[in-house]
Amino acid sequence: MNAQPQRTRSMRHRISLVVLTALLGAFPLLPVHAEQTSVPENAVWSSLKSDVFGDRVIEAANGVIRIEAPKRAEDAAIVPVDLHFNSEKAGRIKAVTLIVDENPSPVAAVFKFGPDAGVTHLATRLRVNAYSYVRAIAETEDGKLHMVQAFVKASGGCSAPAMKNQDEAMASLGKMKLRVFPPKAPGAEAMNRATEMQLMIRHPNNSGLQMDQLTRYYIPAHFIQGLTISQGDRLIMTMEGGISISEDPNFRFEFHSNPGEDIKVEASDTEGMKFENQWPLASSAL
Amino acid sequence: MLTGLKTFSRRTILKQGKAAIAGVLSCRVLPPGPVFAAGGVLPVRQVADGIFAFAGTDALMTDANRGEICNVGFVIGGDGVAVIDSGGSVAEGRALIAAIRAVTDKPIAYLINTHMHPDHCFGNAAFEGTGAVLVGHHNLPRALASRGEFYLSSYRESMGEALMREIRIIPPTKLINDEENLDLGGRIIRLKAWKPAHTDNDLTVLDEKTGVLFTGDLCFIRHLPTLDGSLTGWIAQLEALKAIRAKIAVPGHGPVPAKWPDALEDERRYFEVLTHDIRQAIAAGVPLAMAIRTAAESERGNWHLFDAYNVRNATAAYAELEWE
Ligand SMILES: [Zn+2]
Repeated sequence: MNAQPQRTRSMRHRISLVVLTALLGAFPLLPVHAEQTSVPENAVWSSLKSDVFGDRVIEAANGVIRIEAPKRAEDAAIVPVDLHFNSEKAGRIKAVTLIVDENPSPVAAVFKFGPDAGVTHLATRLRVNAYSYVRAIAETEDGKLHMVQAFVKASGGCSAPAMKNQDEAMASLGKMKLRVFPPKAPGAEAMNRATEMQLMIRHPNNSGLQMDQLTRYYIPAHFIQGLTISQGDRLIMTMEGGISISEDPNFRFEFHSNPGEDIKVEASDTEGMKFENQWPLASSAL
Repeated sequence: MLTGLKTFSRRTILKQGKAAIAGVLSCRVLPPGPVFAAGGVLPVRQVADGIFAFAGTDALMTDANRGEICNVGFVIGGDGVAVIDSGGSVAEGRALIAAIRAVTDKPIAYLINTHMHPDHCFGNAAFEGTGAVLVGHHNLPRALASRGEFYLSSYRESMGEALMREIRIIPPTKLINDEENLDLGGRIIRLKAWKPAHTDNDLTVLDEKTGVLFTGDLCFIRHLPTLDGSLTGWIAQLEALKAIRAKIAVPGHGPVPAKWPDALEDERRYFEVLTHDIRQAIAAGVPLAMAIRTAAESERGNWHLFDAYNVRNATAAYAELEWE
């Protein structure tokens, strides 16, 4: 019984350290990168690559995975990113790692998909602090890695990757909302159709970059670190998240649904809080 | 070359302004217009008895305009002066102090920041040593703590090293929780802290004697409003704003002065259109990335800087309204 909170705490500590180390390293670089409109395969990625994937070979995506991101991050706190998966190209995609090169904590999320989840599309929202590549690296069942990337220019003006309404975010912490969208093809086979769904979780997904005015220490980050979405007993996907996921984490995805079975969501954050919810699929329509 | 030219023409304008004052006016007020204070004195104008304001230009902050894009001003009381916003650079802050010194010798008692945005508070450092007490919304220190470092690095590209070097994030020490009066000596100004709207740290300043309201960025005219707090909160508080018994306003951006409460009409209409379009998209299941491309497009012709801020506003609006 005691092991769990302790583990949560040490995990949080470790992540905060990573955030801090990266922060000190990343911010002084910002003006330099901000002056470049395009960055070639660069030192930042080379070092990230070995940190995250070791010496594994990463191939170009070649249609296995596609990414859509705006050229310019109009709102630095909410940058929509769409990922499209094509399992016919190289077999089923097991996992996807989403990375924002220049952010203080670059690995935004690692998604792992259930064996028969059939996820073909996943959209989420990111914080983008500086001119940066946003990358998605898919791992197929054969263990190969396939990468696709988009270059996103940082927003101009006073748009900051910070919470707009902090009290509101804390007041409704952990509240969830699930939307189910009607299938794109109205005559689709009811038993075997892709269902589009959107999961929203109220959470500041706090960057931890706030400095306590009195102590001059950074307030620890507070974010959703684990998420599991399943239908009945079947896993759709899990996410290990970081602070580069926007506040109020938001996931819109298409998957193979089994009509009639409940959707179940479990989330946990760095404070050790757990949030759970369950919806009958049929009644939670648009 | 271009910068040099602009500097030259700004100097010329300023010189002409000074000549006009010397020749025609007895009070020391510079003529209105998109004039940058290339030299030492911010070209403020008198909007009421003892109240002066500078009209910023509708632009993004750059080294060429020294960050002088928002409206700033000051109120002179019997004992001291209250300054409303310090401007977008320490250079502008100093030019504002020079403008104050051109009309009064009274001490600067308060520097009031209407909210967290850099165009309103990057000039704070200029007021160190004046003895002014820095005043802000109770949420302002927290907002600056989470954004300050980011602002300092993100503006480096457009503002340039020379201006950025001396800019520091200085949070307020006197915090306003709800409403509070400041006595400037025979002159009361009323400060009000608002619920999340433009930001979560908006403050307005009303001079009771003349009915001049400094709205901060709760009121935008001509310059597209920017949304960094709560759209529904802003809309919900428009009635309370409107009910403030002021005669004229110094809006955060736009013409100085403006008729009150008519000054709120344009932004009210924009919010209505934006809210309508985004709500409709959400109800129809249109994803954020797609909805923000067309939302409030019908408002394009009514505003300056529409392209700079509308998609950002639509993004923030979508993320807020989908929780309804
Ligand atoms: Zn503002």
